[in-house]
Amino acid sequence: MDFISKNLPYLLAGISVGGQYALIAIGYTMVYGILRLINFAHGDIFMVAALVTVYATTTLPLYVSIPLTLVVTVILGLAVERVAYKPLRSAPRMSVMISAIGVSYLLQNLALYVTGGLAQTYPAIPFISDTIQIGSATTKMVTIVTPILTIVLVFALMQLINHTKIGMGMRAAANDFETSRLMGIKVDNVISMTFLIGSFLAAVGSVLYFTNYASVVPTSGAMPGLKAFVAAVFGGIGSIPGAVIGAFIIGICENIIKGLGWTTFSDAFTFALLIVILIVKPTGLFGEGATDKV
Amino acid sequence: MKRRNVIICALLYLAAILAIIVLEKFLPPTHIALAVLKKGCIYSLVAVSMNLLNGFTGLFSLGQAGFMLIGAYTYAVLTIPVAERDSVYMYFDGGIIQFSVPVFVGLLAAGLLAALLAWLIGLPVLRLKSDYLAIATLGFAEIIRAFFQWDELGVITNGSNMLRKYPTFTTTLFPFLVCSACIAVIVLLIHSSYGRAFRAIRDDEIAAEAMGINLAKHKRLSFCISSFFAGVGGGLLAMYQTSIQAMTFKSAMTYEILLIVVIGGLGSVTGSCIASFLFIASSEWWLRFLDTEMTIGNFKVPLLRAGFRKVVFSVIIMVIVLFARKGIMGDHEFSIDGICSFFKNLGKKKEVKS
Amino acid sequence: MKKLVALALCATMCFAGALSVSAEDVVKIGVFEPASGDNGAGGKQETLGIQYANSVAPTVEIDGTEYTVQLEIVDNESSAEKAPSAAADLVSRGVSVVLGTYGSGAAIAASDTFGQAGVPAIGVTCTNPQVTEGNTHYFRICFLDPFQGTVLANFASEKFEAKKAYVLTKLGDDYSAGLGHYFTEAFEGLGGEVISDTFPEGNADFTSYITTAVNEGVDVIFAPTSTEAAQLIIDTAASQGVTVPLLAGDTWDSNVILNAAEGKDVQIYVTTFYQEGGNEEFDAGIKEWINADSTNLANNGGDDTVAAVTAMGYDAYFTALEALKNAGSTDPAAVNEALWDTTYTGVTGEIAFESENGDAMRDTAYVKQANTETGAWDFVAEQGVN
Repeated sequence: MDFISKNLPYLLAGISVGGQYALIAIGYTMVYGILRLINFAHGDIFMVAALVTVYATTTLPLYVSIPLTLVVTVILGLAVERVAYKPLRSAPRMSVMISAIGVSYLLQNLALYVTGGLAQTYPAIPFISDTIQIGSATTKMVTIVTPILTIVLVFALMQLINHTKIGMGMRAAANDFETSRLMGIKVDNVISMTFLIGSFLAAVGSVLYFTNYASVVPTSGAMPGLKAFVAAVFGGIGSIPGAVIGAFIIGICENIIKGLGWTTFSDAFTFALLIVILIVKPTGLFGEGATDKV
Repeated sequence: MKRRNVIICALLYLAAILAIIVLEKFLPPTHIALAVLKKGCIYSLVAVSMNLLNGFTGLFSLGQAGFMLIGAYTYAVLTIPVAERDSVYMYFDGGIIQFSVPVFVGLLAAGLLAALLAWLIGLPVLRLKSDYLAIATLGFAEIIRAFFQWDELGVITNGSNMLRKYPTFTTTLFPFLVCSACIAVIVLLIHSSYGRAFRAIRDDEIAAEAMGINLAKHKRLSFCISSFFAGVGGGLLAMYQTSIQAMTFKSAMTYEILLIVVIGGLGSVTGSCIASFLFIASSEWWLRFLDTEMTIGNFKVPLLRAGFRKVVFSVIIMVIVLFARKGIMGDHEFSIDGICSFFKNLGKKKEVKS
Repeated sequence: MKKLVALALCATMCFAGALSVSAEDVVKIGVFEPASGDNGAGGKQETLGIQYANSVAPTVEIDGTEYTVQLEIVDNESSAEKAPSAAADLVSRGVSVVLGTYGSGAAIAASDTFGQAGVPAIGVTCTNPQVTEGNTHYFRICFLDPFQGTVLANFASEKFEAKKAYVLTKLGDDYSAGLGHYFTEAFEGLGGEVISDTFPEGNADFTSYITTAVNEGVDVIFAPTSTEAAQLIIDTAASQGVTVPLLAGDTWDSNVILNAAEGKDVQIYVTTFYQEGGNEEFDAGIKEWINADSTNLANNGGDDTVAAVTAMGYDAYFTALEALKNAGSTDPAAVNEALWDTTYTGVTGEIAFESENGDAMRDTAYVKQANTETGAWDFVAEQGVN
């Protein structure tokens, strides 16, 4: 019993952070699935979403500012795709990736300029910011809400992908970009939809994440973004359930490592895990094997 | 290369050395222009070494900062004078390394250790393809950083604390000569049969393999050589900074170098060099005025405050990435013939207009 | 064509960069502070103190001539990598003396540039011993980490009878590691036990760290970190229901901490250089000045609480003026020489430099506690080493 009560907080923290990584990871995995692009700017879009909430709540009530955050983030995601990725569709993949790094750099510097380099305190959101007692552990409500909300959203997303026309378009585009274009699928719309969903989930993720860790700085998105990407690769890039499970595994492992006293290597461990999985099973846990086309 | 061009190149090189000597004579030794030149030289070397990998061999690696970190630490750890070790390693009783080596041995060791680690990392990682390779090397760089900050290794690396008091350079000529020598070696390599093999791999791996090029061997070679020079660059950067800390070698540094490579043009050595100087000069010098409020007459220029410099800078970078996709030089080289034909063409256009 | 345009752009940038105002009878004081990066918030507050001091005393009489003091401010981005060129930029602008920086890392990295140029620097709140050790151009007006670490260890064991402490430092941060080291040394010297952990950069999840501290049953948590991490640590500690006191060094003396702690059930103690209310006139003046300008207010974190680093910045400015007067010239070398014997009575106390490294001779630190109801600092004690 003592063992459980001592270790429960680590597990809870892991599950909660895992859920938040999952919401970001979906954006990575979907974009990668279709465009074969590591959207390095995704983590920064997540950070901008948090800043939007911070600034919106200074003048608006919460029930307006959170929907506003979702809308602004989605628009930002679409705008980034339109401006920075779409013109490069026929360019080599490396150019697009560098464009993504450029966008990430720009968003961070813009955030730095707007915030003036000062950490912004994220507003407390009623209910999910409340403290609750689970067994021996005290934690915020958001710890419980996150995994539930994540699973609900993922379920809804799976329905969308498997049972709607646009979902079919996405699957087709992910499978073979050129052929689906030839088959009359409006690939640009499909891609926009992908970015829309990705940004929306990132915004939801940001609300949960920053309620837990209530400080926003321009680089806040970088580490969660990178870890979410690792989660996506871990689970098999292109696979949504894979990304979610990968995110939970990474979140939990990270906290166990910290609990064991190996705090120096908590980040390094995540990357080590990534490298091991890439070498042992390059397509990730649930990824489909791809053959090289000559 | 034509004989005339060789002579012109040699003359240009001598002129550059002369220009540096003259600059040093007339500017105070800490003038920002000299600082930019020093850092620009070092960044040229690391950018060219990254270009060798990304632009010439087509291996998308994001581990540059990690290899520079190894180089910087190796150099610093090996060259701190024994007498100073007690004060540098003040939390670790002077550390366990109680000897020091000359500067050039230190730089060489920096490169060699980086290359050795690259070889080890390369064994598993180089089998991965493009994006996976990028993310795996990025991950390795982060792991390396964690190791160098680890308290238990503090007797060697000084843990989270800075390394300093190692020999540094005061003249700009030193980084210029070392970097240009290293870049020259890379250029020779690119023009050798190895270089042709690298480019063949970049253009089409399967075709290259079919032509009898040993993929694994050449990739590993390119990776190790690139890391060797990144390590030397890291050592030089340590000398430039006069103190180093693992924290500065973050992935942001790799991204910066990658942007330099892209702005210069993937597959262009001279492009990387030119872009390095422009990048360093504009980010650390020319654009600094954007950070301070300015009034012209009674008009207060809007937007100017701390941080605006970086916004403008990143917008410029985005514009280059989007609209000048091939960078400054594309995959061409800056050459005497190129300049001649540029001016000839310019002349022709004017003639047509008139 | 594109290339020509690019060239033209570069050329204009060159000229714009070279533009600078030059007038006679101006003495330039460099402000070498971070405005971005980890220490951005603290650096800005320190700069505010210097700017306020400049508004109070915009001129100085040197050798019978009235000079206008011009502040040259650069952002060193809290980074050891960017610090040398930022320092070189300051030196190029012809400053007579440099003030700064908040955060020891950038100070150590820039030290050689200032040394080579022969420009003296006055460290305002860089507490790591290595800043001034073994050089003759870097001075400092604040106390040092060995002192601060000992003070905190003494305080922990006297006030809370602490036997076990949890020390949480940031990986790769020499301020954090240094202060943690000295605290550990002193605390173990007093017969205590220390559990230490480090967190990597960009870490936002402190739940596990706090859990470890709770599981180990420590009596105090010592977290010498930047304010950014501090905010998160306080938040996590509060939501985990931590009852043991949180201790920290000078960086935590900031309204960021007060705002984070307000309305929460946490005990926070910090050691610092200045206690608000120590000098009524200064407090009133700077509050009015901060409130008068929205940029200043934003840079101070949105309210007019006077941070100790602001007071230190203020004193540093006047110490620099004092040195300029003593030197009787704006020549950096003369100022450097004069600094050794410069003394000044500032709002944070007597400032004088000892003759070996140029460190301030300070033997007391203020300990204050964050009042979670009023959102202000309560004075607790003046603590010395003995």
